Amino acid sequence: MNKNFLEDFPILRTQMNSHPLAYLDNSATTQKPESVVRSICGYYGGCNANPHRGVYELSQKSTKVYEDTRRKVAKFINAKSAREIIFTKNATESLNLVAYSYGLSNLEPGDEILITIAEHHSNLVPWQIVARAKGAKLNYVYLTADGNLSQADIDAKLTPRTKILAVTQISNVLGLVNDVKTLAAKAHEVGAVIVVDGSQSVPHIPVDVQNLDADFLAFSGHKMLSPMGIGVLYGKQKILDAMPPFLTGGDMIEYVTEQETTFAELPQKFEAGTQNVGGAAGLSAAIDYLQNVGFDEISRIESDLTTLAISELKKIPYVELYGCDAPNKVGIVTFNIRDVHPHDVATILDAQGVAIRAGHHCAQPLMKFLGVNATCRASFYFYNTRRDVEQLIDAVKTVRGVMHLA
Amino acid sequence: MLENIYTELIAEHSQSRENRRQLEHATISERGHNPSCGDEITLELEISDGVIRDAAFSGDGCAISQASTDMMIDLLRGKTIDEAKRLAELFIDMIHGDITDDDELAELDEAAALKNISTMPARVKCATLAWHTFNQCVTRNP
Repeated sequence: MNKNFLEDFPILRTQMNSHPLAYLDNSATTQKPESVVRSICGYYGGCNANPHRGVYELSQKSTKVYEDTRRKVAKFINAKSAREIIFTKNATESLNLVAYSYGLSNLEPGDEILITIAEHHSNLVPWQIVARAKGAKLNYVYLTADGNLSQADIDAKLTPRTKILAVTQISNVLGLVNDVKTLAAKAHEVGAVIVVDGSQSVPHIPVDVQNLDADFLAFSGHKMLSPMGIGVLYGKQKILDAMPPFLTGGDMIEYVTEQETTFAELPQKFEAGTQNVGGAAGLSAAIDYLQNVGFDEISRIESDLTTLAISELKKIPYVELYGCDAPNKVGIVTFNIRDVHPHDVATILDAQGVAIRAGHHCAQPLMKFLGVNATCRASFYFYNTRRDVEQLIDAVKTVRGVMHLA
Repeated sequence: MLENIYTELIAEHSQSRENRRQLEHATISERGHNPSCGDEITLELEISDGVIRDAAFSGDGCAISQASTDMMIDLLRGKTIDEAKRLAELFIDMIHGDITDDDELAELDEAAALKNISTMPARVKCATLAWHTFNQCVTRNP
């Protein structure tokens, strides 16, 4: 019997269109437990001041909230040092930071960047831009029939010309887990750095950057119970130290004269302007909550829900599933209903209290590769229940009738 | 709520093949696209002496965007450009909830059946895609 997490998430006890809310769009963003909301309120209610600047006590308190969270994040992903944790607004900003700072200063004409066809636009568009700016080539690893990365493609395309391998640890469309540890070893063998998009992995599975030997890891707070607007970039200190700043301005400087500036040490070098300390307070409470639940329990629940959803959807003859036959699957079920566009499916499910995502999921090249224009995606988190899955399945069964296709 | 949106009329128009073709003598072709959801159409018009002699489309999208495109073509075929622009404006005003009077909307003919989309903000873009694409056709090719 699962703990009743709904007690901690008031929003999950609300209704949508007069039905109990079945919130199945967790890959887009997760709901926030009361402890996270309280933590944000507590920060603004009792600790708010500009961090790092004031000598007065309140500013010290704010600084402590921020820097304690940094240490907590470092421990959470097993970084060697808190200096390797840069706060950003989300994974997108983290990946842009790597592309613009590391990419622009390390790529030469003729160099290659290798990404996969399953990347979210946030780990794709920045690489297109820096590749074009530097005359580098952007190559893609494609997928095998089960949706996993083609090993043959990796071995053929990861060469000494490859300077950057950027890969998601879990695809936001197919939910398949990539073996980042092996990829990191292969990238290092040819002298490339590996940039890992952890947006879909850090909230769901234990991620240890030292064990993976990742050079960079990006993730968003809002996909792991935290407020929107706080994200993380992990980078190995040696690499971050050698990189130029990304955004510049207040708080990231050492000395500024009329014509010259020297920059602060890590991590401040990459954190220009007043930072989202309230967001950090929320992230800190979110990490506490996740560690209290435990990743074993999170995996057990998500695996149960995913298996149930896939087996029930497979029983419906007009449902097509994508990437649902591979074993390395986490929490995401992507499907289509024959002759019905995903947006119409989402509208019909919405009317029955079921929130799913429909569209291209910010992965247009992957959609094209799969030969579809759009798909429906149900994505789970540990607070979902078997009843949510049943509500999804019941609603899916009504879709063709509503569309006069039954 | 759903039965007011996914009516049989809309289902019919979304599946109709009649206006889904390529024009032999198109004078204007314009692509319309909702980047956030992927609905995509190419609208073709054959215009001479200020009159829309024929229209057709190709593309992919939800039932609402496809039905709306099909209905628009039925409505605008044979109209003068000025008349068509006025009707497109009327349709867009209807979807945005600015005009609700059924008598006023009667001249939209079957396209008036999409009136209820005005209560579904998430689907407004689907319903208006074809009509905005038409407006682009006539503003870019005056």
